Amino acid sequence: MRIELEDLSKTFDSGREVLRGVNFDDEVTSLAIIGPSGGGKSTLLRVIGGLLSPTSGSVRVDGREIVQDERHLTQYRREVGFVFQQGGLFHHMTGRENIIRPLVVVHGMGEKEAGRRADELLARFGLEEDAHKLPAALSGGQRQRIAIARAIAPGPRLLLLDEPTSALDPEYTTEVLDMINELSQSGIRFIIVTHEMGFARRACERAAFLYGGTILEYGSGRELFEAPKTKELGQFLGKMFEWQ
Amino acid sequence: MALFVQKDGRKPSPFAAALNIVLVCAVVTAVFWLSLAIIDIRFDFSFLPDYRKWVLRGFGTTVGVSVMSLVLSLLIGVLAAVGGSSRVLFLRYLCRGYVTVIRGTPLITQIYLFYYIIGTAWGIESRLLSGALILSVFEGAYICEIIRGSYLSIDETQLEAARAVGFNRSQTAKYVILPQMIARTVPALAGQFASIIKDSSLLSMIAVVELSQAFREISTSTFHLFEAYFTLGAIYLCLTLPISFASKRLERRFYYEN
Ligand SMILES: Nc1ncnc2c1ncn2[C@@H]1O[C@H](COP(=O)(O)OP(=O)(O)OP(=O)(O)O)[C@@H](O)[C@H]1O
Ligand SMILES: [Mg+2]
Repeated sequence: MRIELEDLSKTFDSGREVLRGVNFDDEVTSLAIIGPSGGGKSTLLRVIGGLLSPTSGSVRVDGREIVQDERHLTQYRREVGFVFQQGGLFHHMTGRENIIRPLVVVHGMGEKEAGRRADELLARFGLEEDAHKLPAALSGGQRQRIAIARAIAPGPRLLLLDEPTSALDPEYTTEVLDMINELSQSGIRFIIVTHEMGFARRACERAAFLYGGTILEYGSGRELFEAPKTKELGQFLGKMFEWQ
Repeated sequence: MALFVQKDGRKPSPFAAALNIVLVCAVVTAVFWLSLAIIDIRFDFSFLPDYRKWVLRGFGTTVGVSVMSLVLSLLIGVLAAVGGSSRVLFLRYLCRGYVTVIRGTPLITQIYLFYYIIGTAWGIESRLLSGALILSVFEGAYICEIIRGSYLSIDETQLEAARAVGFNRSQTAKYVILPQMIARTVPALAGQFASIIKDSSLLSMIAVVELSQAFREISTSTFHLFEAYFTLGAIYLCLTLPISFASKRLERRFYYEN
């Protein structure tokens, strides 16, 4: 899937310019966005996902520009899956219900068919037992895996994940990353914002380093991690691997 | 020690709970008993059966006015909450002004003003009806705040998740905002109902013969002041205790956040 970002800028009402002229044009199968905290990674992902409108610039997906009005954006959001860092499951619905409701309401599936689709995904990822529980009764890892299942249930063209593991204990991080990796291998395209450098390097075909509101470096994991061209990336990686 | 002090994070055992509740009752009763003994008063409730008609009528009025006010104030509260966030400035200021003024003044002031000025000017004859209306206007302001509070307490991420799964505005309202608001509002509303029941006693100011007024009349005609007000308190407790119990239950039932 081809994603083109042209001169994307985002300035919040507070006057903070978070993205300044982000340019990107490439086929995306699996892309990791890395960079320091506060560098605008979440902002960029939300713009790509149609959850936030840029101040200027454009996003084009497979040659089609995303029109920035509520009606078109709602339509566009139905074609991508989004997973938040935490708290993205609806608190008042069970895990299973979280998957079913959007399928029925948004994608026009029948209640039975949606139930079957949910059960199939839950079984595939070993979540059947916990699916009838409310999110508050689940472990962080289970919540995130159900959130991912909800995002891919309608068969989106692209899956966007914003630090899906950074609120998790290490033991749960692995199970979530395993799940994303398995999905990737079964052909799901995704963009992930992550601090898990091992995952960015080995499980993602490409990586982008977002720094100071622009993409400072872009390339294969090998290019970025083994031979950083800028001193900013070098320093960033140095910090990330300091204790590894 | 475990019998009297709760260990952190653990519920007291049923035995410890029962023991301490009995203890509380015993101490409170003893203090009362002693006070009564000191001022040398003996209770005599034998007059009560003769006045059961008064009591029943007062009870009916209190419950009737309270139920009616609950329904009306809910309506007013919802309208004020919606209007208070309206983009039409006239509506917004009207609703916000209403809530501020009503919450900032005592019910007695409102009862007198509304009943004697507005009620008289516009010819609302029935004391019962005006009483219920005034009470609804008063409680509506509090219910408005309950509703506004539960809307504001909805997590921003929940709304963003709703957009992310593709819900449009009305789907978000129906499947996310309303269910979460109801979960937060219903327990508080039950609590507010208990307040309405107690507040309705102030309607005796405009000679509505509800429970408290009935007992005031009973006490003046029998001279059994203490017994009358004791009974009154007991009846209010019978009304409000189940409600606050239900409110607690609802709270627990809807408690799904971490
Ligand atoms: N809605 C908003 N209004 C104002 N400022 C915002 C808003 N959202 C984000 N920001 C600011 O924009 C900057 C970038 O935020 P963003 O969340 O995109 O960074 P990030 O790279 O995802 O950081 P992290 O790794 O901590 O998640 C931050 O300084 C943040 O305070
Ligand atoms: Mg972020």
